[in-house]
Amino acid sequence: MNEKLDGMKPLLEIRSLKKYFPVRSGLLHAVDDVDLSIERGRTLGLVGESGCGKSTLGRVVIGLIEATSGSILFKGEDMLHHNSARRAEFRKRAQIVFQDPFSSLNPRMSVFQLIAEPLFINKAFRSRKETERRVHELMDTVGLARRLVTSFPHELDGGRRQRIGVARALALNPEFIVLDEPVSALDVCIQAQILNLLGDLKRDHGYTYLFISHDLSVVRYVSDEVAVMYLGQVVEKATNTELFRRPLHPYTQALLSAVPVVDIDNRKKRIVLEGDVPSPINPPAGCRFAPRCRYRQNRCGNESPSITEVEPNHFVSCHYAGSILDYV
Amino acid sequence: MKSLHREIPLLDIRNLSVRFNTDSGVVHAVNNLNFSLRKGKSLGLVGETGAGKTTTALATLQLIPNPPGEITSGEILFNGQDIRKMTEAEKRLVRGNRISMIFQDPMTSLNPIMTVEEQIVEMIALHSPMKGSRAKKRALEMLDLVGIRPERAGEYPHQFSGGMRQRVGIAIALACEPALLIADEPTTALDVTIQAQVLELIKEIQKILHTSLLLITHDLGVVAEICDEVAIMYAGSLVEYADLRTLYRKPMHPYTQGLFNAVPKLDSEPGGRLAVISGLMPDPVDLPAGCTFSPRCPYAGEVCLEKPCGMKEYETGHFVDCYFPLRNKGGDLG
Repeated sequence: MNEKLDGMKPLLEIRSLKKYFPVRSGLLHAVDDVDLSIERGRTLGLVGESGCGKSTLGRVVIGLIEATSGSILFKGEDMLHHNSARRAEFRKRAQIVFQDPFSSLNPRMSVFQLIAEPLFINKAFRSRKETERRVHELMDTVGLARRLVTSFPHELDGGRRQRIGVARALALNPEFIVLDEPVSALDVCIQAQILNLLGDLKRDHGYTYLFISHDLSVVRYVSDEVAVMYLGQVVEKATNTELFRRPLHPYTQALLSAVPVVDIDNRKKRIVLEGDVPSPINPPAGCRFAPRCRYRQNRCGNESPSITEVEPNHFVSCHYAGSILDYV
Repeated sequence: MKSLHREIPLLDIRNLSVRFNTDSGVVHAVNNLNFSLRKGKSLGLVGETGAGKTTTALATLQLIPNPPGEITSGEILFNGQDIRKMTEAEKRLVRGNRISMIFQDPMTSLNPIMTVEEQIVEMIALHSPMKGSRAKKRALEMLDLVGIRPERAGEYPHQFSGGMRQRVGIAIALACEPALLIADEPTTALDVTIQAQVLELIKEIQKILHTSLLLITHDLGVVAEICDEVAIMYAGSLVEYADLRTLYRKPMHPYTQGLFNAVPKLDSEPGGRLAVISGLMPDPVDLPAGCTFSPRCPYAGEVCLEKPCGMKEYETGHFVDCYFPLRNKGGDLG
């Protein structure tokens, strides 16, 4: 695997991004000061449990939800503070595939209408013929048989529906695609087919992915770099190999040890976390993981750690990273 | 099927078939199913969506809605007694009391307008002589057992997180100390760290109460954590059945092996391709004449297309429904 090339500009850069939702009892810190960058042709895996803010982050990045503050640089230009024409252009270049192919497709539209919708909206072609040609081309690309062009979503299985979702995302030749739990609703055999498809597309067309998932095995399989989120913040980021070989944040360690493994001869010791993820509404000061952390010290309850480069290209947000934290 | 063990199995399902009569034809949901479960042991029933796992569980409890569903054949022996031949009153004594169930989604399986304490008390009052304050005391004990503080007993399901709700589901299911617990995808809706907590809890409680467990899941990893035996289900039938170690070390049915190969693993090299079984599970309205897996099987011969093989014991205690079982681990499906 290539490590970062020095001097190369990232395709997408997220800086101090915040998204707070006002709720009755205060401010819900969905995304709280996140910095991330993705280079062209790479996949950043964003992993975390429900409610950690990973989907909100994905939506803020492509402009489906407005950010509270921070900036999103696409090829070096800030997309949050641009005029609407530039943002419209960006939204063609950046697409999203949603988790649930059962609820994200309009049940009253045929496969043709679904895939052609982004083409019509953006007036990509003048003639019906050209549109048809493009729809057929996209169906070939994602592995949908052309005879299905008049089918409706309810006639298709989850894997085929998700292929429609992918075709819609690809319709306008994007450069960057947010994949928000694209295989979570699918059975393992279908999941494997879609993961292979996404891998092929990336290799053939050089797409850049932000791959959001709660499934560490899937993230391990698709990512070049991995970022782990907890309660709105990125607690650890590193290259795929490094993160899985030497996780340094206590949360990442617990998360990895909690994954049930199929290999019965290769069991690891499990770290069972106590309690649940605390509420993201008005989170307390100090490290957000502290209440569940087995290495907790007094300092952790008062002082929130900032994310620092503990080893080259390995960032951890923990006061004691590197000292007590070797993987058990 | 397991003649080796002399004790009567707690649950012994023989030749169970279930079908649903629908407008688009007869759905053969479960076909000629055989398995048994001994006291205190855990069996994992693994398969993909539509394989018939949940139907099997509901049939065991005689909860198949009729119409459209119908158990067309088979015996469901619980402690040697056929549940199918019991009267309604006898069945009610078994359900919830001797056999109880945990469901996948704790949000929809709990009553949203009853406190968790009331829901546990309801279970106890229905099935045991304990009433009133004794039942209440028992409910608090159950909450304590699953790790919920007594001061939360008066709260409603929506006030609990997903993991805590599933703990409540477990407390209800185990309140009468059933001999058999059927858990239908108990951790599928939960996050991994919470899943780990719930699996630990089920294991611990099983040790304390000596409950047998029938775990229904699509997740081979979860089975590896908690089960002693595994049955792999495909299109309404078992295709492979053995103890955990035997089956995981040497899966012999091409479908089982395909399933193992399709799972991304934490220690795999990133960026490779996953082995994929081509095609889809057959429509249960229109099952193939031969082996149900034959249309997708890379090793299928002519005999496979003509008639189903049926379970054969290729090694002691290792049953495979295949004419040409795979002998070596690691065989790759194209």
